[in-house]
Amino acid sequence: MSIRSFLSAAVIAAAAIVQPAVAADISGAGATFPYPIYSKWADAYKKETGNGLNYQSIGSGAGIKQILAKTVTFGASDAPLKMEQLQKDGLIQWPQVMGGIVLVVNIDGVAPGKLVLDGPTTADIYLGKIAKWNDPAIAKLNADVKLPDAAIAVVRRSDGSGTTFNFTDYLSKVSPDWKSKVGVNTAVEWPVGVGAKGNDGVSGNVVQTKNSIGYVEYAYAKQNKMTYVDMINAAGKRVTPAQASFQAAAANADWANAPGYYLILSNQPGDASWPMTAATFILMYGEPQDKAASAEALKFFDWAFKNGDQMAADLDYIPMPANVKEMVRATWAKHIKTH
Amino acid sequence: MTDMTLPAQADSRASAANKQSVLEGLRTRDRAFFWLTRLSALLVLAILGGIIVSLVIGAWPAIKAFGFNFLTVQRWAPNAQPEPILGGLGPIYGTLVSSLIAMAIAVPVGLGIAIFLTELCPQKLRQPIATAVELLAGIPSIIYGMWGFFVLGPFLAEHFQPFMIKTFENVPVLQDVFKGPASNLSLFNASLVLAIMVLPFITSVARDVFLTVPPVLKEAAYGVGCTTWEVMRNVVLPYTRVGVIGGVMLALGRALGETMAVTFVIGNSFKISPSIFAPSTTISAAIASEFAEASDVHQSALILLGLLLFVLTFFVLAIARLLLMRAERRSGA
Repeated sequence: MSIRSFLSAAVIAAAAIVQPAVAADISGAGATFPYPIYSKWADAYKKETGNGLNYQSIGSGAGIKQILAKTVTFGASDAPLKMEQLQKDGLIQWPQVMGGIVLVVNIDGVAPGKLVLDGPTTADIYLGKIAKWNDPAIAKLNADVKLPDAAIAVVRRSDGSGTTFNFTDYLSKVSPDWKSKVGVNTAVEWPVGVGAKGNDGVSGNVVQTKNSIGYVEYAYAKQNKMTYVDMINAAGKRVTPAQASFQAAAANADWANAPGYYLILSNQPGDASWPMTAATFILMYGEPQDKAASAEALKFFDWAFKNGDQMAADLDYIPMPANVKEMVRATWAKHIKTH
Repeated sequence: MTDMTLPAQADSRASAANKQSVLEGLRTRDRAFFWLTRLSALLVLAILGGIIVSLVIGAWPAIKAFGFNFLTVQRWAPNAQPEPILGGLGPIYGTLVSSLIAMAIAVPVGLGIAIFLTELCPQKLRQPIATAVELLAGIPSIIYGMWGFFVLGPFLAEHFQPFMIKTFENVPVLQDVFKGPASNLSLFNASLVLAIMVLPFITSVARDVFLTVPPVLKEAAYGVGCTTWEVMRNVVLPYTRVGVIGGVMLALGRALGETMAVTFVIGNSFKISPSIFAPSTTISAAIASEFAEASDVHQSALILLGLLLFVLTFFVLAIARLLLMRAERRSGA
């Protein structure tokens, strides 16, 4: 179990003890990926304003179901909804925070950041076409690394996950074969590998299995001191997973021309862009039934935009760029009727 | 005196009426109690029926979409275009095979413990060992899962599996059953964890039925010169056969439905592999992993899997109850 998830669980437990006195908690449900940062923000927000947040991290798909059933004030999803669907249901969507997905490996003698892979090779490993670490395709990229003649133990998520959605989206963009055979979803038909539950499960498995590879959120790789893999990005440059390369990908993203902020940040152009960057989204009704509750929720998200950047960085998330925050604020003012 | 009897008579008349009303009151309360308990009992049936009905309703879209193919198709592609392709063969196979391997390990060991406890164990050690085995049943399944994931899995992958793979390398059929590469998460790993989990069920039931064997039978057998093995094989086991099978079926029911521990260690792969060292999945593990993010026909297919598991365990448990009832009747007679 990572420290982060333990801490966030503790924070939520503490919040749960304090909260019952407050009747008007902001209620939301959805993605597990941003759960640690939402609960950290909620804790600080509560201290400052006295208003609590009740966020259930039940998964992106379940979060979308909850907001459609109108049981919560906002839904949260790692996979954005398309404009048509937003319009059909009267929902407004925006990106709240970003994160990075990294590949982690466990190979004797390979230190963090020494191995490098590109998109097509990664796709072939996950397709089972590249089955050994000393395959020529990997060796070509890593002339200076000694790779063993051992089978690659592929680890992936067993539960439906926004992380999987963004990872498979990247693989689909870089590999036609992946796109036609497997495709993009929160859960796909994996050709090879073992499935582990949650980021914890995947990182735990990679740590324990020799010659394994897995994909996890950056924070899990960093906090468990795992052997991350550098990537060759869309511009053909080698990049290391870090705040700077995630931010570069975010800065290159063209949010202004994405209707309903439908933008998946994988494989962004730019020399310094990390190819597997992902935003996580909030969904709210444009004409909410409970206008007061929606106003409170927007106050919280506005506060998080204003005061939450450092907290996000502390937990290895990437805050939205200032210009995107302004666009989102304009969207709120224009499209969400809170009075 | 007369003025004494009159009030007494009146008194007794009043008390008769009083008694009547008290009795009536008691009768009403008795009837109310009868109905209360009967309703509680009916409630269980209503809940059971309700669960079946809601499972069937939930599974209906999948039944309509896939029909009997659901039982024969191995692909599990919730995002396939244009329509999702969902077949339950993988999890059904994983559920049955993992439970069967678990039984193959747990039944001999469990019966061995029970025989040792009832026949061979020094009196002083009987209770401690019996308690220790039963305490295994009290460990939450998530603990078994974590232990299997962090301790047993790596151990098997590093020591046991490579040994088996090498040993059977050139043996036909078995080379496929014990085929590499070794994996922390595998069907075999899950089966072993399951075997440990169901051990206490087999042992405690077997021990209880072994104790119902009349001592005179065993003594007679020993008297004509039987060894302990012969007494167990020819007297105790035939006498308790039905009860032992009942206990095994109870354990099987538990193994079929176990979720958390299996989800941790089985590797959650919908592909069927002849090798028991390859990852697999079970019905309950598939549901636990995918339900939260599933929608539409994907969710319905998971509910259909749940319905199949429900039917499967229902029959296994019904058979177990029947056999245990027969065993009790015999030991009572």
